[in-house]
This record gives sequence, structure tokens and C-alpha cells, in this order.
Amino acid sequence: MFQDLSFSLEQGSALVVTGANGIGKSSLLRTLAGLVPLAEGTIRLEDGEPEKLPQEQAHYFGHQDAVKPALSVLENLDFWQSFAAPSVHESFSGSSLQPLAALETLGIGHTALLPAAYLSAGQKRRLSLARLLVTPRPVWLMDEPTSALDKASEQQLLGLMNDHLAAGGLIVTATHTELALNTINVLHLEAPDPADQVPEEALL
Amino acid sequence: MAFWDYANPTRFLKLVQVLLPWLVGLCVATFAIGLYMAFFTAPEDYQQGDTIRIMYIHVPSAWLCMMCYTVMSISSIGTLVWKHPLADVSAKSAAPIGAAFTFMALVTGSLWGKPMWGTYWEWDARMTSVLVLLIMYLGLMALWRTMDDPIKAGKAAAVLTLVGALNLPIIKFSVDWWNTLHQPASVVRLDGPTIHSSQLWPLLVMALAFTLLFFVLHLMAMRNEVLRRRVRALRMRAASVSRPATASASAQPAE
Amino acid sequence: MTGWAMALFRRDLRLSVRIGGSAIVGVLFFLAVVTVFPFGVGPDLNLLARIGPAILWIGALLATLLGLDRLFQADREDGTLDLMLMAGRPLELVVLIKCLAHWLSTGLPLVVAAPLFSVFLNLDPVAMAAVTATLLVGTPALTLIGAIGASLTVSLRRGGLLLAVLVVPLTVPILIFGVSSADAAIHDPVPFMTPFLILCALTLIAAVVGPIASAAALRFAAD
Repeated sequence: MFQDLSFSLEQGSALVVTGANGIGKSSLLRTLAGLVPLAEGTIRLEDGEPEKLPQEQAHYFGHQDAVKPALSVLENLDFWQSFAAPSVHESFSGSSLQPLAALETLGIGHTALLPAAYLSAGQKRRLSLARLLVTPRPVWLMDEPTSALDKASEQQLLGLMNDHLAAGGLIVTATHTELALNTINVLHLEAPDPADQVPEEALL
Repeated sequence: MAFWDYANPTRFLKLVQVLLPWLVGLCVATFAIGLYMAFFTAPEDYQQGDTIRIMYIHVPSAWLCMMCYTVMSISSIGTLVWKHPLADVSAKSAAPIGAAFTFMALVTGSLWGKPMWGTYWEWDARMTSVLVLLIMYLGLMALWRTMDDPIKAGKAAAVLTLVGALNLPIIKFSVDWWNTLHQPASVVRLDGPTIHSSQLWPLLVMALAFTLLFFVLHLMAMRNEVLRRRVRALRMRAASVSRPATASASAQPAE
Repeated sequence: MTGWAMALFRRDLRLSVRIGGSAIVGVLFFLAVVTVFPFGVGPDLNLLARIGPAILWIGALLATLLGLDRLFQADREDGTLDLMLMAGRPLELVVLIKCLAHWLSTGLPLVVAAPLFSVFLNLDPVAMAAVTATLLVGTPALTLIGAIGASLTVSLRRGGLLLAVLVVPLTVPILIFGVSSADAAIHDPVPFMTPFLILCALTLIAAVVGPIASAAALRFAAD
């Protein structure tokens, strides 16, 4: 999928991945999340917990909300809090919120006891985002984080992302819109020159 | 050059190019000898008469339907452990061949069963296990066909193949148990080791011929599969070439 | 049980109780299969008593297979499966717990319904107890083996039929020993315990092989 791709990211900084449609921004995030196997190369998280894989210290916030409509909002969030293993260590001081507090922070506290089926798309999105707040993990992988969010929620999200960076976390995000983050690195993906492609004989 | 280097698809294709004519020749020659022996030099059985000659097709097919599954299991380990694309190609192309041999073993077995047991089908332990094996081959082929992505399909099929390899002895054991419960020992069994050498030799030659046939078919099927995947990769590349969208549509002449 | 495992178990149970009443549909299907058999073979009560355990077992096998295709598919469709892979919990255990919850909500109702349905098949009390006992021990194995098929076909939109084709050959031993031990209790060709203990052994083997193979297949299906 990718050739000659290499980057490193400092603690407390964000990487914004840009590029045309279909260039592989989502694939890059899914690779970092350990969901797509690497053909070759490595992903390392320095100063992380050595006995854990990088993806076990990362949150993936993708297009799908992973919200079960049959469960109440609080049950959804409670499950992820107990199920996803937290990952804290000395260089990352991220604190975790209690589920109710996280819902309040995101402005959907009043829905806590309702089945998630009654949430709007934006509310579901925020419920999904609440996952990142209840389990501390240093790396956030966010694929189009602002989609389905209105302006106010977007500002709030940016605030949360900046808080995460300030606590020593990392963010890798793919986006089309400008994000006002404190420390930004940009990775622009481009289609390779046809001349650089794998020769036809080596294809399988 | 290490053996592993032949696992490069391009080298593999070159190797097949060289090897295949020789293998085909050898296979044809062995078949000629084996069939001649089976039809003319091997004696009739004093009980079964000429029907014993079915054995020369039946036993090698039955042997190959097991060997083919072994090849697939080894290839599956190659797919899962070394993640080698050719291992996956090998497993995929072996499945239809294995299914064909299994089918042949069943058909010849039931044709042989008619004069011997008086019925085309007997729920005998061996035939039942082979029938289950046939269903597993066909299921694997169906799994390969339903998945679009060959890599994913290969991995899924590899998992199933290995589970099947673990399960086959258990199935055989349970079918044997079931058979002894339900079946009075009425089936006439051909006991392998006591077979006379005038029948054994044709059988061995035929077994060799069938084994060669398997390798010929397997190599050809693997070559086709490599080429098929190359075509697929080229098509995907052709679709993914990014051209900037042109804003002005050229006017099409009206017909 | 540690916290995360309990949370997963309770979530899966809640979901299966709240969505669609899969337990009831499974039991209804079981009833339908048991009902059509007499129409096929005729209402001969002696014959039905003789093949009754087999009918109940085949009904339970089919009903189990019917409910299995959603085991992982629902979680894959809404992205939950991706997050489970990243959760830092052993996937084999996750599969085992999901199977346990699934069996409790779909397999156990079949076991409970079996004595009732065996009345239709003219089984005597001993046979009734024997069939129920074998189903209790054997249906978890069906779920665990079926989980392999469910994870192999997780990415297919209509994988249900393929799942059955892939899984049925693997369940042949379970069926053989399940029916054998029920038969053994009725008209003892062998002591009941011999096939019954083998059935228990098969279930334990399935509890090891099923989650391992299924977890491997789920990892490969992620990308």
C-alpha cells in the first residue's frame, strides 16, 4: 500500500495526515492501529509500556461509532471503560474521567439512561468520543474526527485534543478540514510516480 | 540459491516452465506402464474376477485425496506462519484437485461396492469418512470463491484447513466407532498387506502415476493462479491511477 | 472472573436478551424441525421413539447453526470488532466469553426445551433425561466449533449458508457421540458413560481449538 513511508512524532504533538481521496489516509491510520498488517517495517512507541503492543496503547476513533443501539448510553460507555485496558506511565499523565463525567463534558449527560438508539448521529459520535476520555491511552488515532459534528462540538473536540497533547499524548489524525491544534506536523500523502512503482513481474 | 528463493513467483514460473514438460512426459509414461500392467499382466481375482481392476484406480485416488489434504495443510502453515503468497496459491490450487480425486475415489468405490456388497452405497466407515472429506474440500472451495480479496480468503481458508486437519482424525475415529455400533461386520475388507505381489506391483506403479499426475496438475493450477492474481493486480492498478478530474466535459456528438 | 471479562459477558447477554429474542426464534425453529420429522417418516410411535434422540440432536444442531452467523458480524458492522482487537485483552478469551454468552442465550433454551419436545417423539423418561444430558454437554461444543465458521465468514454479507456448509462436517463427531450416548442409555449396546465421556472430551477439545482458530480468523479478517 505505501512505499518508503517513515515518520516520527514527538511527545505532545499532533500529526495531521492530508492527501487526496483514496490515497490511503484511513489505511495509514488502520495500520498504526494494528488492524492492517505491515508488509515490512515497524511501528514503535518509545517510552511506552514495553510489554504491550503499540496498538494496545492507542485509541482508534474511526468512521464507525461502535455504539450498540440496544444498550443505554451509559452501558455502552461503561463497557468500554472496563473492557479496554488503560495504559498510563510516567511520560503520559493523562487522567481518566468517570463515564458520567465524560458524558457531561461532551454535553450528552442528559441521555445517559436512554437507549443509544435514540441518539442523533452527532450524539452517537460524541458518545464514541467519550470512550477516549474514560480510558487513558497515550496515542489517539483519529480518522476524520470532526465529521458529523457541529461547529460548537468541533471547538470542544479541539479543546479535548489540545488537552490530550498538553498531557503528553500523541495524536495522529486524517482530515480534510483545518484543525487548530497547538503543535502540528503535517504528513502529506501523494501518489507515487508511475516510474517508481513495483515492476509488473513482482506483482502477485 | 536457497530453496526458499524459488518461492518468488517469477522464479517459480520459470521453474515450472522448465520442469513441467519433463513431469508430463514421466507421468504419461508411468500411466502407460501402470495401465498396461493393471489391464493385462495383473491376474484376475479368484473371487472378484475382473472387478478387482477397479482397485488400480480406486486405491491411488483414495491415497491422493489424503495426500492432497496434507499438501494443503502444509501450505496453510506456510500461509499463516511465513505469510508466503505462493503457499496460499498452492493451497488454493490443490483444493479442486483434491476434491476431484476424492470424488473419483467415491465413485470407483461405489462401482466396486456394487458387485462386492450388492449395493452402490454402504455406510461403511471408510466411505463415510471420505464423503465428509469431500464436503470439506467443497466447503473450502466455496470459501475461496466467496471472498473477493485473495489474501484474506487465503488466510481464512488456511485456518479452516488446519482446523480440518486436526479434526479429520477425530472424524475418522468417531465414524469408526459409529460404524462398529451400527454395522454387523458384513463388509468384505481387502486387507492391504496380504495382497499378492502380482497385484501389488501394478498398484504401486499406478500410485506413482497418480502422484505424478497430482504434481503436474498442481503445478499447472498454481501457474494459472499466479497469472490470474497478476492480472487482478494490474487491473487494480489501472483503476487506481489517479488522474485529475477534468472540469470541462467534451461535447459528445449526438447520434 | 476479572472485570473486563465480566463486562463483556454481561454486555453480550444484555444484547442478546434485548435484540430480536434470538433464544425464542431458535427454540421455535427447533420445534419446527421436530414437528416436520413425523410428517416425513410417518406417525409410527415406536419408530419415533427409536430415532427420537437423533431427531432432537439434528434439530439442535440446525438451530444452533442458524443463530451463529450474527455472533461476530454485528460487532464487525459497527466497528466494535476493531476496538476489541485493540483492547489489549487476549482475543482467544474474548471469543470464549462471547461463545459462553451466546450459548447461554441460544443453546441453553434448546436444552431446556428438549424434554418437552421429546414428549412428541414418544421418548420414555430415561431417554428424555439422557438426551437432555447429552445436549447439555454437547451443544456448547456446537457453538464453539460454529464460532470458527462465524469468524471465517464474518466479512461476508450472506455467510449463513456457507457457515453451515463449513461447520457441519466438523460437527460430525459431536453428533455421533451425542446420539450414541443417548441411544446407549435407551437400549444399551454399550454403557452410557463410554460415549458420554468421549462427548465431554470433544467439548473440551472444542473449547480449546474453537477460540484459538476463531481468534486467528478474526485477526485476519480485520484489514
